[in-house]
Amino acid sequence: MTGSLDEVFRREAGRCTATMIRILGDINLAEDAVAEAFAIAAAQWPKTGMPPNPGGWITTTARNRAIDWLRRESTRDERHIAAHRLQVDTMDPYHNPELDRLDDFVDVVADDQLRLMFLCAHPALAADAQVGLILRLLAGLSTGEIAAAFLVPEATMAQRIVRAKRKLHDNHATYRVPGAAELPSRLHAVLAAIYLIYTEGHTATSGQTLTRTSLSAEAIRLGRTLAELMPDEPETIGLLALMLLSESRRPARISADGTMVRLADQDRSRWDRTLIGEGHELVRACLRRNQPGPFQIQAAIAAVHADAPSAASTDWPQIITLYDQLSALRPNPVAALNRSVAVAELHGPVKGLDALAEIDPASLENYQPYHAARAGLLARAGRHQEATAAYDRAIELATNAIERDFLVRQRAAL
Amino acid sequence: MPQYLISVWHDDTYETDFSAPDAQRRVAQVGAFNDQLQQAGAWVFAAGLHPASSATVVRSSVGQVSMTDGPYAETKEQMGGFWVIEAPDLDAALEWGGKAAAASEGPVEVRPAQG
Repeated sequence: MTGSLDEVFRREAGRCTATMIRILGDINLAEDAVAEAFAIAAAQWPKTGMPPNPGGWITTTARNRAIDWLRRESTRDERHIAAHRLQVDTMDPYHNPELDRLDDFVDVVADDQLRLMFLCAHPALAADAQVGLILRLLAGLSTGEIAAAFLVPEATMAQRIVRAKRKLHDNHATYRVPGAAELPSRLHAVLAAIYLIYTEGHTATSGQTLTRTSLSAEAIRLGRTLAELMPDEPETIGLLALMLLSESRRPARISADGTMVRLADQDRSRWDRTLIGEGHELVRACLRRNQPGPFQIQAAIAAVHADAPSAASTDWPQIITLYDQLSALRPNPVAALNRSVAVAELHGPVKGLDALAEIDPASLENYQPYHAARAGLLARAGRHQEATAAYDRAIELATNAIERDFLVRQRAAL
Repeated sequence: MPQYLISVWHDDTYETDFSAPDAQRRVAQVGAFNDQLQQAGAWVFAAGLHPASSATVVRSSVGQVSMTDGPYAETKEQMGGFWVIEAPDLDAALEWGGKAAAASEGPVEVRPAQG
């Protein structure tokens, strides 16, 4: 019973919260109502059995709790409640007709989840606040769980989330899906936030373990939801494919003795073929639509890697072409860095270093992978003194213990 | 309707020579932006400010008023001007913010007013 209630919670908490925010116009009230509904479920369901539509039951119960609170509060101090409300299109929380006819709520639930994604990933919020809100409201993680995943004190994460909610409220943020004109940039912000959750889970920025699987799993779940909600936006499919293809390599990223293994040295028989198959299918579906975007191109690059039986037999010209497309769409120094690495694979370390030299070093000065990649190329070109200096800088910047160990061993091997 | 402050920020060493072609261009752009705000009914108030060095800080403590020279915040970046606008929500305010940044050719800060 507990297991299945947990399951319902994982599946439904985000959806119910999204709907309750629209109905109540208040994030905190919505969260409280959903939490209360789950508490009631935990007490009742063991006796009555799980209802046929658990999500509907939770939302209806949350609504009823909220009605009780609002009626009690409204007699006391209406202005107090109004002061905490978010801009919502439908809006009289005391006499909101939606509160009384929620039975058909299923049709609008998809839109509610989208509204909530766009609200959480509003570009007016800092990236870490976006990520905190998404995990709290859409993934249903507790503040403590999110803080643990990001290795920050719970109070820090709580403050980050409270501030973000408050900023949205004080600024009269509207709970809606952006219009066509703003959609591409706003959608990119949503995708970038989900990808940030994924990469944080993939390579933890600090700490002893290289990956935090649960964050990656949450990001993939959110990616799947978004791809279902916006199936006509190829970038949503691209993001999902990129995450699945990266995830497929997870089993090979850490060796038996707990050290990091570079892509070139990974045992490719340990890659997850099911994830690769799904990722490939999605990449092909994107390509057919012919509306390339940054996430689709990065997914295509991951697909080329996944296709290669060994590092040496990778289709490097194809990868360089894809990085060129990526830079043309969205010039960025990290893409240029990865392109240089591909150039080195195809034409040797000297050409790779030439390509690297074209990037403004100031833009990557504090980016550990830049110094690590440069050190590797310098070492291969026989320029050991410069390589040592570059490794020194990379080690200085490495915040993850396993990555740092890897770099220290590379430097020692010079 | 919610009100927002859109403020323009720049290094306090900014040029106040309004005859320079760059300044003339910005003045024209800001004028056109002001017209747009007024036509849309979003205009509340706006002003360009003299350099921060022209400011005086005034304090009041138990009935005693004291004055010191200079801006309150001793930072390199100072507010050079501002608009107060009305907008239905954050996204609308930020859209005006984008136009303000383009017109003044510098970063702007969009901040909601209380109430």
